[in-house]
Amino acid sequence: MSRRPDLPPNTPADRSHVFSKKDLVDIESISEDDIRLVLDTAESMREINQRAIKKVPTLRGKLVANLFFESSTRTRFSFEIAERRLSADSIAFSDAGSSVSKGETLLDTAKNLMAMAPDAIVLRHPCSGAPHRLARELPCAIVNAGDGTHEHPTQALLDALTIRRAKGRLAGLKVAICGDVAHSRVARSNLGLLSKMGAAVTLCGPRTLLPPEIERTGALVTTRIEEALDEADVVMILRVQKERGGGAGYPSDREYYDVFGLTPDRRRLAKKDAIVMHPGPMNRGVEIDSAVADGPDSVILEQVENGVAVRMAVLYLLIGASGDE
Amino acid sequence: MKRATARMAQEIVESQGGTEGIVLIGIRTRGVPLARRVAEEFERLENARIPVGVLDITLYRDDLTTIAASPVLKRTEISFPVEGKTVVLCDDVLFTGRTVRAAIDAVLDFGRPRRILLSVLVDRGRREFPIEAQFVGRRVATSASEIVQVTYRETDGEDDVWLLDREASLHPVNGPRKPRAVRPSRRAGAKKGKRRP
Repeated sequence: MSRRPDLPPNTPADRSHVFSKKDLVDIESISEDDIRLVLDTAESMREINQRAIKKVPTLRGKLVANLFFESSTRTRFSFEIAERRLSADSIAFSDAGSSVSKGETLLDTAKNLMAMAPDAIVLRHPCSGAPHRLARELPCAIVNAGDGTHEHPTQALLDALTIRRAKGRLAGLKVAICGDVAHSRVARSNLGLLSKMGAAVTLCGPRTLLPPEIERTGALVTTRIEEALDEADVVMILRVQKERGGGAGYPSDREYYDVFGLTPDRRRLAKKDAIVMHPGPMNRGVEIDSAVADGPDSVILEQVENGVAVRMAVLYLLIGASGDE
Repeated sequence: MKRATARMAQEIVESQGGTEGIVLIGIRTRGVPLARRVAEEFERLENARIPVGVLDITLYRDDLTTIAASPVLKRTEISFPVEGKTVVLCDDVLFTGRTVRAAIDAVLDFGRPRRILLSVLVDRGRREFPIEAQFVGRRVATSASEIVQVTYRETDGEDDVWLLDREASLHPVNGPRKPRAVRPSRRAGAKKGKRRP
């Protein structure tokens, strides 16, 4: 009988595989390991969405509050579906018809809500930094579902999952992000995530829709979409955000389409096997042509599908376990 | 261990009158090689190809609220229908029965099998749930503080069953060089006196 000190011991959870934060407020503050952990977990969550019974009991008895201070369909539904598939209880809260319309501040609303002991708050807010404020003040997990023109981390994670599934990797890919970069929290989060994971990002848009000092992000910047698309593996088209003043940045929809719209001809400038992405909602005939949006390279609906899996992964990692040592 | 899995496959075939309608599901991580080996035995014995699934029970654990960090989730791969089938769950060690409880819940989310059976290499006793295995490689009496670990050739280099105590000294239940015929339903070896301190 021999002693086998090399035998893998039955260790408890491997600490290198633990999400390192209490909240998910931005991509900037999370590590590459955290990103990889979310993506791998989401990959496993995808399987649940294909079952006959699309529900697991993991978050039974946990309460998630969805605070949406800005209109949203896709993201809100995606979070709600994710919460239900994990058996969490969820409550929806929007500013219309609530105490907010009576003048309550965000922090007061959240503190009152905290008295109802949610395990997580999913927050969308028009002010950049609002989730960070809540994360500092409240003990529960805060998930940023889009804050102003700052970040939209779960969108970047679902985009990364979609790219990784299509291309098998993120590192070394050439990604073109085209459109209203100045107003886009999607662009900001994607740029952060993709750069962290070793992809080369080119940002493209009319000069009026590129933020000042954009070169400091380290990304390649161009105002010619043809240049951005050249040999790209991934083409990510952004929406012109008229509600945030994006419409003032160019003369007309028609002209935008002529100069920056992703047409089938322009699509051919990218690699033959390139994928086309759009975070939605699309303005067909403005930033993207229908023939491309519905074309064989489009992964726009996969993005939506992966959104549920990514949000399940984030909720599981943040509040699946108790968090107490 | 080879003998134990061969006998286990034989018993499953005998009890079910063949391999018709049987599907194997290995519980991650160490139930999976067992399920694969039983499937190989089925192929050898009956020339039958039995589908093998992989189940991760993490999302069904009953202790998530008592642990500090969410355990790593691995993929569940059950690419065949379980509806109306005889599902044989495979795991390396049967202990409290909590893993098996979670696995049963998980399988039911894939459909309504005709029956679920349980096959384990080692039954170490000390159940906390009313759960029993129909097919057991070997029964070993253990204390609560001991750890039973199964190693496989394909994942760890060799087939063996190890009894570890908390002080982390390791004692093979089978001496590596003297494999022992493993009998079902009988406590063989692993008596207290045989363990080295």
